[in-house]
Amino acid sequence: MKKDQAIEDAHLEYMELAQNPGSPAAAAKPQPQPKPGEFKHIGQDTPRVDGKKIVTGAAAFTHDLYFDGMLNAKILRSPHASADVVSIDLGPALNYPGVMAALKLKEGRVKWAGEQIAAVAALDEKTAEEALALIKVEYKVLPHVVSEEKAMEQGAPPVQDQGNVQKLNEYNRGDIEKGFKEADLVFEQTYKTSWEVHQTAETHSSLAKWDGDNLTVWDSTQAVQSVRDGLARSLNIPAGRVKVIKHYMGGGFGSKLSLNDYTVVAARLARETGRPVKVVLTRKENSYCVGYRPSARMTIKAGVKKDGTLTAIHWKNYVCGGIGRGDRCAEPATDVYKCPNVKVEEYSVFVNTCGSRATRAPGHTQGTFGLEGFMEELAAKLDLDPLELRLKNYSAKDKGDTGTIYSTKGLDQCYKLGAEKIGWARRNKKPGAGSGKIRTGIGLASQIWPGAGVPGTLADLKIYADGSIEVECGTQDIGCGTRTHIAVVAAETLGLEPRDISVKIGNSDYPWAPISGGSLTTPSVAPAVRDAALKAAEYLKGLASKKLNVAPAEIALENNKLVVKADPAKAVEIKELARSLPRPIVFHGERSAHPSTYVFQTFGAHFAEVEVDTETGKIRVKKVVAAHDIGRVINRLTAESQVLGGITQGLSAALFEEKLMDPETGTMVNPNLHDYKIATSLDIPEIVPLFADVVDDRLNNLGAKGLGEPPRIPPSAAIANAVYNAIGVHVREIPMTPAKVLAALKRKEAKP
Amino acid sequence: MENTRKKKKPVTRRAFLQSLGGGAVGVSVASRVLGAEPPLFQSGPGEMELFAKKKIQMTINGKRIRLEAEAGETLLSVLRDRLRLTGTKRTCNRGECGGCTVLLDGKAVYACHIFALQADGADILTVEGLTGGEKLHPVQQAFIDKDGYQCGFCTPGFIMSSVALLNKNKQPSLDEIKAGLAGNLCRCGNYQKIYEAVAAAAESVRRG
Repeated sequence: MKKDQAIEDAHLEYMELAQNPGSPAAAAKPQPQPKPGEFKHIGQDTPRVDGKKIVTGAAAFTHDLYFDGMLNAKILRSPHASADVVSIDLGPALNYPGVMAALKLKEGRVKWAGEQIAAVAALDEKTAEEALALIKVEYKVLPHVVSEEKAMEQGAPPVQDQGNVQKLNEYNRGDIEKGFKEADLVFEQTYKTSWEVHQTAETHSSLAKWDGDNLTVWDSTQAVQSVRDGLARSLNIPAGRVKVIKHYMGGGFGSKLSLNDYTVVAARLARETGRPVKVVLTRKENSYCVGYRPSARMTIKAGVKKDGTLTAIHWKNYVCGGIGRGDRCAEPATDVYKCPNVKVEEYSVFVNTCGSRATRAPGHTQGTFGLEGFMEELAAKLDLDPLELRLKNYSAKDKGDTGTIYSTKGLDQCYKLGAEKIGWARRNKKPGAGSGKIRTGIGLASQIWPGAGVPGTLADLKIYADGSIEVECGTQDIGCGTRTHIAVVAAETLGLEPRDISVKIGNSDYPWAPISGGSLTTPSVAPAVRDAALKAAEYLKGLASKKLNVAPAEIALENNKLVVKADPAKAVEIKELARSLPRPIVFHGERSAHPSTYVFQTFGAHFAEVEVDTETGKIRVKKVVAAHDIGRVINRLTAESQVLGGITQGLSAALFEEKLMDPETGTMVNPNLHDYKIATSLDIPEIVPLFADVVDDRLNNLGAKGLGEPPRIPPSAAIANAVYNAIGVHVREIPMTPAKVLAALKRKEAKP
Repeated sequence: MENTRKKKKPVTRRAFLQSLGGGAVGVSVASRVLGAEPPLFQSGPGEMELFAKKKIQMTINGKRIRLEAEAGETLLSVLRDRLRLTGTKRTCNRGECGGCTVLLDGKAVYACHIFALQADGADILTVEGLTGGEKLHPVQQAFIDKDGYQCGFCTPGFIMSSVALLNKNKQPSLDEIKAGLAGNLCRCGNYQKIYEAVAAAAESVRRG
C-alpha cells in the first residue's frame, strides 16, 4: 500500500511539475535573451559530447556495474492476482548454499500478480533464482478481475475498498445543454486506447552499497533527487546520508520517475549482508511489474454549427490503470480548441493488475487519440476540410479561449509547415474516395503539452585555476542528450566549444534539478546553466577589463578568449586570466520564475500518410511530417531525435502494442518482446521533423521549452485519421490490428 | 534439503542440452543443482560424458581465452559476467531484441542465444574490440555524427549488426539497411538516424 501511494505521489509530482504555475512577481523581471544570429552553437547540430562512450560500449549503465564482493538479489513475486499471504517460510532458501540473506516483503492482501513477496541475495544471479523456488509461501487465493468490463459489473470482486469505479476528474465551464441547443449538429462517438508497456531497453535495476551509515545507490532512474528522498523516507535515515548516482540509463519513458520497491530491497539486503547488492529485473518482470500506460475509453459528444464552430463538448472517460487511478485525459478536449461550453467526467476503473505509471505524455496521448479522431469524423460529417475545422476553432487563450492568454503560440505555423510538406491537397477530399486493393490516405492531429520547465532549478559553473570549466547539475540524461545541451549553452555563453566544458550530472549531491519527465529537463536546466555562465562571463570580463584597460562592456568572449570588441587584436585567453584565481570560482545559476499572467505551452501538428491493404487489413505508414513549436531549439540534432522517437513509439502504439491479460489466471500473457510487439526497423516510415520559428522571451533566458512529450502525443491519432481518409471508416481503437481494420471495413459495407 | 533441491531447475534446458550434445560431444549437466539427480541413460552404442563443466577456448577481440564453461552458460554470460565486457547488453535474454549482438566468425549472432559450449573454437568480436585505440570504426563515428542513438543501450548491438551488414554489402540500399537491422530493437525509436548512420559509414568506407 505504501508503495502504491509512493507511485501515485510520483505521478502527481510529474503532472504538477509539468504544469507548474508561474509567479506574479516574475513579470517584472526581464529575461535577457540572446539575439538571433549571435549563436554559434545554440540551435545548430552538435553531436553528443559523450558519443564516444556510447559507441564503444564504455558508457556504464547500472546493469554494467560489477563491484567486488557484490551479491545479486532476486525477487519472489505473487503468482496470484488476488490473495492473502498466510505465511512465508524463508528457511530453506536461507540454507541454500550461496544465499547470504533473505527478506519477507509482504503481509496481508496481494492485489495483483507480480507483487513482491520475498527476496534473496546470493553470490550470483543463478543461485538467487534457484533459492527463490525454495521459499514456501502459503496463500489464501481470492477471486480476481482483470478486465475493465467485468470489473464494472455488479458483484465483481472488489479491487479497492471504495468500489471498482471511482471519480477521477471533473470540470465544467459554460453550459453544455445551452451549447447543444445552439448547435446545428450534435455528434457522439467512443474511442479506445490500450495498455501500452514502457518496455525500456535496460530493464529496471539498482545497485546499493553502504559505507557505515551512508548509502550510495546506482540506479537506472529518471530522478536521482526523488530516489534519494524516497530512500531516506523508506529507510528512515537522513536524506544527506543517501547518494543516488545514474551515469547512463537505458530508457525510462515515465516508468523510472521515482523510488522503486526493488531499490529498497537492494538497500535492505546490502545493509544486512554488509556487501554491495545489485538487483536487475528480468525482461518478464520489466513487462508486467513496473507499470504501463492506462487505457482510456472516451465517449465524446459535441455540438457544432454548420461552419464548424464548436458550441459544446461533453467528455466522458473511463480510465483503467490496474490498482492505480490512471491518467486524467481531458486536457486536450478542454484546451486545444475554442469552445465555451465543456463538461468533463472521468472515472477510474480498478482491476487486479499492476498500477499504471506515467508514460511519455500521460493522459495527452489517450485524450488526443480520442479528440482528434472525433474532429476528423466531425469534419467529414460537416463536409469540411479537417484542417479548416481546426483553424475555425483556433484559440489564443488556454481553457478553450476562455482562460489566460498564451505567451506564444506557433500552432498555426505548425499547421502551415506540415500541410505544405506532406502535400495536404493530395488527401482524399472524401474519406475512402480511392479505389483498388491498396488505399492511401492522409491525416493530421494537433498537440499541446506544458513543457515550460521548473523555476528554482540550480546549476553550478566552476572555473578552475588552470582555466578548465565544469558544470555541475543534479539532473540526469535519460537519452535526450542533456550533457550535450548543458555543454552547448555554457560554451555558447563563454565563447568556447561544447567539448571544452566538462559536464557532471546524474548525482543527487549536485545542485537540485527536477525529475527528467514531463518535458522538464531542457527548459529547467538550460536556463540555470545560462544564468551561471552569464555570471561567469561578467566575472571574466571584469578581470579582463583591468588587463586590457577597457570597460567590461567593451569586451566579448569568443574562441577561448576575451577580446576587445573595437580592437580584436587586443585579447587575453581565459586560461591566462584563470591563472590569477586564488581558488576555483563557483558561479551559482538558477532558473528564474516565469510570469503567471501568461500560459506557456508547447504546440505541434503531425501529418501522416498511410497505405491500407483492404484485403489483409494491414496498415503501412509511409510518411510522417511533424511540425513543433517548442520555442528555441537548443540542439537541432538531438531535437530531431526526440521527434523521431515520439513518432516511432506513437506508430508502435497505433499498430501493435497491447498488454494482454489472461482472465483465468490474472497474469500477463505477453510479458516479453516477442509477443508484446513493438515497432522494428521494417515498420518505420520516412519522418520529417520541422520546427516553428518561435522564441518565447517571457519564459526564461533562452526561450526554450521541452520536447520529450510533444512528439509522442499526436502520431497515433494522425495515423488513425490517415487510415480513415484512406478507407472511409474510422478505426476507433488502438492498436489498429489487421483484424480491427477488417472489422471496420465490414462495418462500412453493412452501412447503406 | 536434497528433496527440495531436486524439485527445481528446468528440465527443459537439460532436455535441450541433451539434444544439442548428442553422441560424441555428450551430455554436460549443470553441476550444483542437477548433480544429485540420476543420470539420463539410453541403451545402445556410442559415447557419453557427464562433465559438469567443459574446457573450451575462444578468441575474443583478438585474445585467445581458455575457460571452463558450464552447460547452461551462454556466451553473453561469459562476456558480461566473467570477462566484464559489458558493452554487450543483456536486454531480453531470449533472442528477441539484438541488444547482445556480437560477431561470431564474422556473423552477427545473439550472444544470449549461443551457449558458451557452442562457441568453442570460435572467433568472437564485441563492440569493445572494434576500436583500435583512439580511432573509431567508421560505423561508430557515423553513429556519433548522425546521432544514431538516444539512451545508447541498444547501440552496441546495432553497431555490431551494422558492421556485419557492411562486411557483406558495401553499398546497401535503404531497404537493405532496414532488413539488415531488423533483428535489433531500438525502443527510443531512433531508427531513421541509425539508417543515416549506416549509409554514411558505407560512404566513408567506400571513400577510404
